Amino acid sequence: MTMTAMTRPTASAPLGQTTGAGGDAREPVAAPRTPEPLETTTTLTMAKAINAGLRQAMLDDPKVVLLGEDIGLLGGVFRVTQDLLAEFGARRVIDTPLAESAIIGTAVGLAYRGYRPVCEIQFDGFIFPGFDQIVSQVAKLHYRSQGRVSMPITIRVPFGGGIGAAEHHSESPEAYFTHTSGLRVVAVSNPQDAYGLIRQAIASDDPVLYFEPKRRYHVKGEVSPELGQPMERAAIVAAGTDVTLLCYGALVTTARDAALAASDEGVSVEVIDLRSLSPVDYETIEASVRKTGRLVITHEAARSGGLGGEIAAVITERCFDYLEAAPVRVTGFDIPYPAAKLESHHLPDLDRILDGVDRALGRRR
Amino acid sequence: MSDSFTGYTPANLLQLVSPDGARVASDTADPWLEDVSAADLVGLYQDMVVVRRIDTEATALQRQGELGLWPPLLGQEAAQVGSARALRPDDFVFTSYRENAVAWCRGVSLTDIVRVWRGNAQSGWDPYSVGMAAPAIIIGAQTLHATGWALGAKFDGTDSVAVAYFGDGATSEGDVSEALVFAASFQAPVVFFCQNNQWAISEPVGLQSRANLVDRALGFGIPGIRVDGNDVLAVLAATRIALDRARTGGGPTFIEAVTYRMGPHTTADDPTRYRPAAELEEWKAKDPILRVERLLDWGGLLTAELVAQTTGLADAAAAELRAGCIGLADPEPLTVFDHVFATPNATLDRQRTEYAHYLASFETTGGNA
Repeated sequence: MTMTAMTRPTASAPLGQTTGAGGDAREPVAAPRTPEPLETTTTLTMAKAINAGLRQAMLDDPKVVLLGEDIGLLGGVFRVTQDLLAEFGARRVIDTPLAESAIIGTAVGLAYRGYRPVCEIQFDGFIFPGFDQIVSQVAKLHYRSQGRVSMPITIRVPFGGGIGAAEHHSESPEAYFTHTSGLRVVAVSNPQDAYGLIRQAIASDDPVLYFEPKRRYHVKGEVSPELGQPMERAAIVAAGTDVTLLCYGALVTTARDAALAASDEGVSVEVIDLRSLSPVDYETIEASVRKTGRLVITHEAARSGGLGGEIAAVITERCFDYLEAAPVRVTGFDIPYPAAKLESHHLPDLDRILDGVDRALGRRR
Repeated sequence: MSDSFTGYTPANLLQLVSPDGARVASDTADPWLEDVSAADLVGLYQDMVVVRRIDTEATALQRQGELGLWPPLLGQEAAQVGSARALRPDDFVFTSYRENAVAWCRGVSLTDIVRVWRGNAQSGWDPYSVGMAAPAIIIGAQTLHATGWALGAKFDGTDSVAVAYFGDGATSEGDVSEALVFAASFQAPVVFFCQNNQWAISEPVGLQSRANLVDRALGFGIPGIRVDGNDVLAVLAATRIALDRARTGGGPTFIEAVTYRMGPHTTADDPTRYRPAAELEEWKAKDPILRVERLLDWGGLLTAELVAQTTGLADAAAAELRAGCIGLADPEPLTVFDHVFATPNATLDRQRTEYAHYLASFETTGGNA
């Protein structure tokens, strides 16, 4: 079911073991590297930053356990959990059988018992077998139990396209979860946020969907051992006065590039990285739109029923008198994620975002 | 109605009390019941009578409009009481919605048992005070929760056990198969207690499985026990065997308790549309309470005093249930927003404030709005 041959190297672990209790029998076959503790500001890739955040969370709280497919000896297909098995053992870094509903469902049971599970869903498109457990159980148990049972579960999901992958490996399913009450949803865009938000997500007493833009896994950035600003706050990543441009995940980089290009034409674009997709930090967006009067929202996910439509509606309700033009959406189309050779047409890129900025300015229709 | 259609073959069934009340010796099971005294047997009997009375009263409350719905357990008293009375307080049960006798045995208050069915809440009790999770209405979902809890118990170095209660219909759900895979792989201390009551609303067990349900367990590498679910002693013994295996590192066990849902699926159901009357009559002869009464009678224990005392207990429980049910006040409107999140949430807080203002607008206009 996990079609990962395109991105995963051959595992060197002994296969075909028929004895032993799950992960208990599986120990590292190669001497692990001792990870460097993140004590000062260090340059890391996003994947390494998440790894460092996971490690710190596990050091801070013995109830933090990781569950997922191939997260142990292999370190995950993107190596985000690399070396954590060696450091924390098979009871805290659990290679699970290939069953997403069970990964989430056993996390529910572990949370019932006071654990703080972190589930890795190998690829965005594989989350749907676990969808029922997420929306019917994880999201609702605190409400259903009148606050007696907490679900401090973090669900990590590599998401988005742009890596030329096979079907079901490039999806943006975040709107299913922002539409589900009881869940927090975040998407990270840079190594520093990746580090701070994974720690905040794990520490949260609410369940958190944590979306990792897989095409930015290997982009480097400076990471300090700080938690950063609160998880639910958006970040203004480029100040501007003419147009407000909302983005998250992989498109933050694209949006910043677009803002730079627009500035060459004398257009000042304020770029806001949403960071939190649920709840949305409307306070920050409203303040920006009251200043600019124009709003562009971009995401890879399909347009209809997407986050952009919801934000456009809320901002129209709250900032109607400030808007100079209708909000503009620059998004993926309402299509199944296309084949790799066509994905560049589906994904918003710099030019399409600039086109959206032009439309918000009334320069194009 | 034939046995082959329902998957019921008596051959490999653990039975310690026959339908006519005779004690059947068993070399494998009897050692697990050596400590069960006459008083214990009477206790099991009284539990079963009380939960049947609770069931009757709750059905009446639904008919009178005091409950929105009720899922009767009529016929499954032995399966639920026999298994739940085998548990320790530090064990944890994850149930479906029909396990009202399990709730009774775990010490859930009668008012809390009906809180959900009156529509006041989506779960009635504090799971941690009784060792029983919020009931799962999504069929089979709780088997995974039990497996996860059991994994945690194992990590914690305790010998506490999780028990998942589910029905024959649930065995077709993917979650149950996934739970069996995970439990086997990690040797989790969990007991899968399947009440095969022969019917999933209108669908007979033969539609779910051509083989006995217990036979599936072997394919997952999990030992199974097929037990007469209308025989409270056999259920008690089977559950003790499974619990002991889990406590001593032996991993999961699958118990198929062969029983019968003598009533409707819920008070909204009409089993006469799909179930042959003769089948119900056949199972009435295997009634779990009748069977214990006969066993007690064989031993000279079913005295007039015991019957009167038991009836008194049942009537008192029914009265307490009725009073507790009717005494439940409607929840306050703004509590609809409570506990969606454990941490503050600006979007939801705004909706709560808006709705509070909306409600307050009616109060200030004195109903003239």
